Amino acid sequence: MEITINNQPVTIPDDGLTVQDLLYRELSDKQNGIALAINNTVIPKTEWSNHYITENDHILIISATQGG
Amino acid sequence: MEPFKLADKTFRSRLFSGTGKFGSTAQMEAAILASESELVTVALKRVDLQKENDTLLTALQHKHIHLLPNTSGARNAKEAILAAQLAREALETNWLKLEIHPDPKYLLPDPIETLKATEELAKLGFVILPYIHADPVLCKRLEEAGTAAVMPLGAPIGSNKGLKTMDFLEIIIEQSKVPVIVDAGIGAPSDAAKAMELGADAVLVNTAIAVAGNPERMAEAFKEAVIAGRKAYEARLAPIATNAAASSPLTSFLYE
Repeated sequence: MEITINNQPVTIPDDGLTVQDLLYRELSDKQNGIALAINNTVIPKTEWSNHYITENDHILIISATQGG
Repeated sequence: MEPFKLADKTFRSRLFSGTGKFGSTAQMEAAILASESELVTVALKRVDLQKENDTLLTALQHKHIHLLPNTSGARNAKEAILAAQLAREALETNWLKLEIHPDPKYLLPDPIETLKATEELAKLGFVILPYIHADPVLCKRLEEAGTAAVMPLGAPIGSNKGLKTMDFLEIIIEQSKVPVIVDAGIGAPSDAAKAMELGADAVLVNTAIAVAGNPERMAEAFKEAVIAGRKAYEARLAPIATNAAASSPLTSFLYE
């Protein structure tokens, strides 16, 4: 199925990927200090393993960077 | 120097620092440590799936440092609320520097959207430090909305112009029931000292340290200026007079 991650189109398998599966697939071990929203709703870490990705989801993944 | 109590934290240092614009992460870490700041701002960015994670958070992992994520990049209350929720999730803190500046040329804060966002974020349990214009009326409205502090600007972000808003900062400090942290525009340690002498509870400095010739030394200079300014405020400045008032005895011992 087609989704977007940070505005980039990404194709993922159709068979029930959770947020946790998706993050592992896309970021492997770079998951420290990140947060994620799907269609402008934040998905808390505690729900990553039971929230499923659906077709056309717009996924936003952020982390901290330098700023004032 | 009195410690500074803000929401659930007590700070020994009244200098808060930003992490932007440093030449390298190592330089930033050295300057932040030299500043002795205990509250340090970070921004949010979209994760680049192709790139390695940057080492920012590792560099800021010191026992005395608390992170203050900002909502820079948000152009309205709705975007700021989403950014705030993401920041809370990513950095595990409910502290937030709320900044909403739709215009990239002057980066001036939008008062209406900032007030709206403050009302919503207070209900969601955030400790809100809003970056605002030095507007005393807005400060009172933010207080009613449940802000933890107000952060009026001295001059536009990164301009290093100093306390252009001084007269209004004085009114804000006089009236405010929440701590006042002067943010933005502070260009020199003397500006920071002045803000503290006026009675600001703390100052937030980034560009003036980060782009100085020697950021680490400048951080130290700011640390000392903030301490000096605060001590002067606590000691209560001597009054200003129009006429001279002799400090030495005026007995005419050389003639007569």
